[in-house]
Amino acid sequence: MRSLQRLILAVALIVAAPAAFAEDFKVGDITVSQPWSRATPAGAEVAAGFMTITNGGPAPDRLVAASSDVAHMAQIHEMSMQNGVMEMKEVEGGLEIPAGGGVKLEPKSYHIMLMHLAHPLKEGDTFKIELTFAKAGKVTVDVAVGGIGASQAPGS
Amino acid sequence: MSAEEPAPRLPPTRRRALQALAAAAAIAAGAGGSLHFLWPRAEGTNVKIGGPFRLKSQDGGTVDSARLTGKPYAVFFGFTHCPEVCPTTLSDLAQAFAAIPDLPADFRVYFISVDPERDTPEVLKEYTSNFDPRIVGLWASPAELPKVAKEFAVYYEKIPTSDGSYTMNHTAVVFLMDRHNKFRSVINYDDPVDTYVRKLKELIAAE
Repeated sequence: MRSLQRLILAVALIVAAPAAFAEDFKVGDITVSQPWSRATPAGAEVAAGFMTITNGGPAPDRLVAASSDVAHMAQIHEMSMQNGVMEMKEVEGGLEIPAGGGVKLEPKSYHIMLMHLAHPLKEGDTFKIELTFAKAGKVTVDVAVGGIGASQAPGS
Repeated sequence: MSAEEPAPRLPPTRRRALQALAAAAAIAAGAGGSLHFLWPRAEGTNVKIGGPFRLKSQDGGTVDSARLTGKPYAVFFGFTHCPEVCPTTLSDLAQAFAAIPDLPADFRVYFISVDPERDTPEVLKEYTSNFDPRIVGLWASPAELPKVAKEFAVYYEKIPTSDGSYTMNHTAVVFLMDRHNKFRSVINYDDPVDTYVRKLKELIAAE
């Protein structure tokens, strides 16, 4: 029985470990986890920000705006495939965060498009994005910059 | 992280087949009928997609498609200032390579830049080094680019940005060429890495 308890504890620790290191950002019922981006090659003007947004509240909310100190303009984008050509467009009216659910901003899906970068993003750096939710209000998140070839948040 | 994983919301609806048909018709019409078939419909057929091309390599030499006969390879058109599609595709390819232990070390994915002004061979070399040594940048001069793009039925377009710079729209599929230097199939941008693995395995196993 004790070995079973130990096993359960060990599994719980393993499962909990990443959560202990990743910082969450909260405002109202909204939680933003693991914001990340990719490093940009010299001279590139654009980058994409990814994160998981969850809504613990009883009513849906909307991500309506984003801004960043590293980009002169930030937009909430979705991708769509048109005959093999990816087209990105701004999500009209903001991105709904369903009550009791969440939205993952990730490669091949939604992302924060950072345009007119003030400087290249370097691996290992962090920068800030301010997110505005219709109900919950504003929250500033620290975005971790992974490598140019990263496929997920650094350290995850 | 919250205790529960949020239910990821599905990305925008994909109506690829219909769009492909409509766009193929539109592009074929726009090209004066010179492109009778396009890659979305060419899969599994004998339609001519690909080569011949002879382009400058990121390593200083040239890559001549005629000399590639005998081993399968892949081609992807993109550019280094690409914020999302290109790094995602190249990192998916690198992940797929890692999942195929018997993928030959000399297998190549040629990353042909649609932005020759900014993507010099040196820039391409530095960029591809972030992914896998089997991904090799090729530089088509502004004069050569339209020709090689047409061979692969690839669309690309310069989109001016409000800061006086530009970004590119471009076809974002990976073309798989068999050992006879014939087009076999494509990997689509929104395919999961598992599909990359399956299609690459099929490509290297094909006679």
